[in-house]
Amino acid sequence: MQPLTDRAKPVGRTKMNFLERIYFPEILKGMLITFRHIFRKKVTVNYPEKTRPFSPVFRGLQILNRDEEGREKCTACGLCAVACPAEAITMEAAERQPGEEHLYREEKYAAKYEINMLRCIFCGYCEEACPKDAIYLSETFAPANYGRKGFIYGKPDLLIPNPKEDPEGYARALGNRKFHPEGHGNEK
Amino acid sequence: MHILTIDWAVFGEKTTLIVLVVLVSLLVAMYSTYFERKIAAIIQDRRGPNRAGPFGILQPVADGVKLFFKEEIIPTFSSRFLFILGPAIAMLTAIMTGAVIPWGNKVHLFGRDISLQITDVNIGILYVFGIVSLGVYGIMIGGWASNNKYSLLGAMRAASQIISYELAMGISLIALLMVTGTLSLQTMVGQQTDHLWNIFKQPLGFLIFLVCAFAETNRTPFDLSEAENELIGGYHSEYSSMKLGFYLFAEYVNMFLSSAVMVSLFFGGYDIPFVNDAAWTLKIGVNWMAVLEGIVFFAKILCFIFLFMWVRWTIPRFRYDQLMNLGWKMLLPLALGNMLVTGVLILLHQHHWHF
Repeated sequence: MQPLTDRAKPVGRTKMNFLERIYFPEILKGMLITFRHIFRKKVTVNYPEKTRPFSPVFRGLQILNRDEEGREKCTACGLCAVACPAEAITMEAAERQPGEEHLYREEKYAAKYEINMLRCIFCGYCEEACPKDAIYLSETFAPANYGRKGFIYGKPDLLIPNPKEDPEGYARALGNRKFHPEGHGNEK
Repeated sequence: MHILTIDWAVFGEKTTLIVLVVLVSLLVAMYSTYFERKIAAIIQDRRGPNRAGPFGILQPVADGVKLFFKEEIIPTFSSRFLFILGPAIAMLTAIMTGAVIPWGNKVHLFGRDISLQITDVNIGILYVFGIVSLGVYGIMIGGWASNNKYSLLGAMRAASQIISYELAMGISLIALLMVTGTLSLQTMVGQQTDHLWNIFKQPLGFLIFLVCAFAETNRTPFDLSEAENELIGGYHSEYSSMKLGFYLFAEYVNMFLSSAVMVSLFFGGYDIPFVNDAAWTLKIGVNWMAVLEGIVFFAKILCFIFLFMWVRWTIPRFRYDQLMNLGWKMLLPLALGNMLVTGVLILLHQHHWHF
């Protein structure tokens, strides 16, 4: 059989010679190998203090986006819910009332927007489906909670911090994710 | 009445020394667990414990506290008294070895010369052997009292292993005793101070002794008695809480003290290498010399402890038949041959190399 890599080492079935049979030189050899490993670079990343860099297309927890004035972009069209293969997204639409123009960008908005993070498979189809660039997958990952209920993320959990009130939090939530400046074709 | 008069000064200094030695052994054992994990990690290209305190140096404390707070379970099917006696004996015998090891030459305090050895028994090394072979009772009793087949298997393995290797160990030591002509560890160290260390006179003997020391302390590659993938936990599978802690701890105390014994026997004990100790004593005084000697002694011991750990994370465990083959068919004949050759050489030397 053709070996897949050139690192395969054939197992010798030859009889051990005298030096091998008295263990000792072989043990010394082994100990030299382990001793050399002392000076090797450690492979562990000190996780909470240091994180590994993500690829620009990393798919973490979802975030509901706002525009530069802090208005929610989502119009509750439901395309993300339709696109979701895990059926993790539910929403309820509501009409924007006069005087709420600073909260919602368009005249329809999501009154309730829930993603079940236990069902979500982080495929990113919601982001692709969204015509308003209102949902995208962030770099946050590994959500933790005490109960299953806690994994159903509502609007307070999902909304990005307001860029006007909390520009730092907004920038952090945005991360260094690469957006599609030329668009991915669904914007119109 | 005269016999019963107690020299209170001697009593005091010995008590202090005993407490010190016990505390130091426990401390070293405690930090051995930390270094064991750290060295294992480093050898395996990991980082090891680094969460508790800077560099994780509070890890042993955390481990100890954890062990104390664990639920203490004495199985209903076990024999209660023996179940408690087991770890107690293991710990006791582990610590008792420290009594005859010369930790330093002597210090001069309060107008008295205080020897840094708890007792200079003239059969020192024999005492060590006696205690070490008692140590197997801790394991044996623990394994038996657990009333569990894995524990019993582990204990049985431990007993047969320790008894087998004690033979080779003893015989390899006889060769050394013929060279030194004494059983007292203090005298042996004294002979090596400023002279050739015994390792150069008995290299093969040392090697056999070292291998047997690994077997006696139940360390890898001879940790068959607690082979976790074969016997769950071996003799301590039923143990929990601090009783388990005692067993684990006893292993490290054993490691520390057997390192100390090996250093005293073969590596000149507290002798400072490349330095004329007697001249230095005159130059800087007895007390400072004792401090230096203590440091050197500990450095040597730490090297040995490192060796123990290094070997543990290098060599896989022996199979049981391999263990017995090695013990009876290799080490024992080697030790016997070594003894014979040493005897012949000594006789020849005494007759000025004439037959």
